[in-house]
Amino acid sequence: MNANDLKRLAPGAEARPASRLAADSLTERAAAEGLVDVAVATMDSPIGELQVAVTSKGLVSIAFEDEHRDEVLERLTREVSPRVLEAAALTDEARRELEEYFRAERRRFDLRIDRRLIGEFAWNVLRATSRVGFGELATYGQIAQRIDRPKAARAVGRALGSNPIPIVIPCHRVIGAGGSLTGYAGGLPRKQTLLRLEGSIL
Amino acid sequence: MRGSTTLPPFQKFLEANRAIVYRFLTVAVGPQEADDVFQETFIAALRAYPRVREADKLDRWILAIASRKAIDHHRGAGRRPMPTDDPPEQPVHDPPVRDTDDPLWAAVRSLPPRQRVAVVHRHVLDRAYEEIAELMGCSEQTARANVYQGTKRLRELMA
Repeated sequence: MNANDLKRLAPGAEARPASRLAADSLTERAAAEGLVDVAVATMDSPIGELQVAVTSKGLVSIAFEDEHRDEVLERLTREVSPRVLEAAALTDEARRELEEYFRAERRRFDLRIDRRLIGEFAWNVLRATSRVGFGELATYGQIAQRIDRPKAARAVGRALGSNPIPIVIPCHRVIGAGGSLTGYAGGLPRKQTLLRLEGSIL
Repeated sequence: MRGSTTLPPFQKFLEANRAIVYRFLTVAVGPQEADDVFQETFIAALRAYPRVREADKLDRWILAIASRKAIDHHRGAGRRPMPTDDPPEQPVHDPPVRDTDDPLWAAVRSLPPRQRVAVVHRHVLDRAYEEIAELMGCSEQTARANVYQGTKRLRELMA
């Protein structure tokens, strides 16, 4: 026997698909044993594919397809837990509510929010933003007033721009004082699509 | 002390290492048991993952866990009760013909677990003795002896 003969017992190219199947069953077992701290899944939507992340505390992030998703996963790893796994089943509720929203069958989300990626000031801003209902709009200045920081419109804009949970925390409903849509972290076309879906703009 | 690199999300770590772990286990415990031991390996890794400090050595870390699981699995399998004479009602799923027909499988299976694991690291994954020693938690001398004895035994069986 040549020692190299042993290699013929080992899977070559087929190790990748075989280990993919094994990894998929692993994820199911990890979820059942409560070892998935951050469950990640992707879903299609009218504003492109979304990467949704959920923890035991609730929805923690939504990332657009052209954002740096790997950076989002790395941030979750650092700031929440490195046990980040693609476990679609654990994100079912979040994806279902989002799908209902995009079909215009849902006007408010009932999902719990995990605010671990949101700082103190940003949380005040985003909480005030969450009270702007479906079909309504607010200006940056109005949000600033609602959190008793009337001069902080610019800081409000920055907090909205770093919203880790767009759509569900509706930063797209906040616009410029003159009625212009101004900016959106996911790009203006996405903001327009969302506001059209809600009937706020034509 | 934390290593120079930061820990990747577990999903990335799994993607980067699943093929080599699977390759190792297919020979070390056999194709029929590889899936089970693969899961035990990565579940153990997932439990310990937040406490890992040497993020730049994750490939060695997971192969060390897989080595322990392969050795433990082999020992556990040896203690299992012998099957009874009653045939099972459902025929047992047969592995691919290529796997069972090869007498080399029987020879590998007959090796003591530590020799078997050492031989697979050396001759399937082409690892250096220094690394095999680290993966198996033994001295380099012991790693060499395990590879030597195991290889010698395989040659005798296959002669």
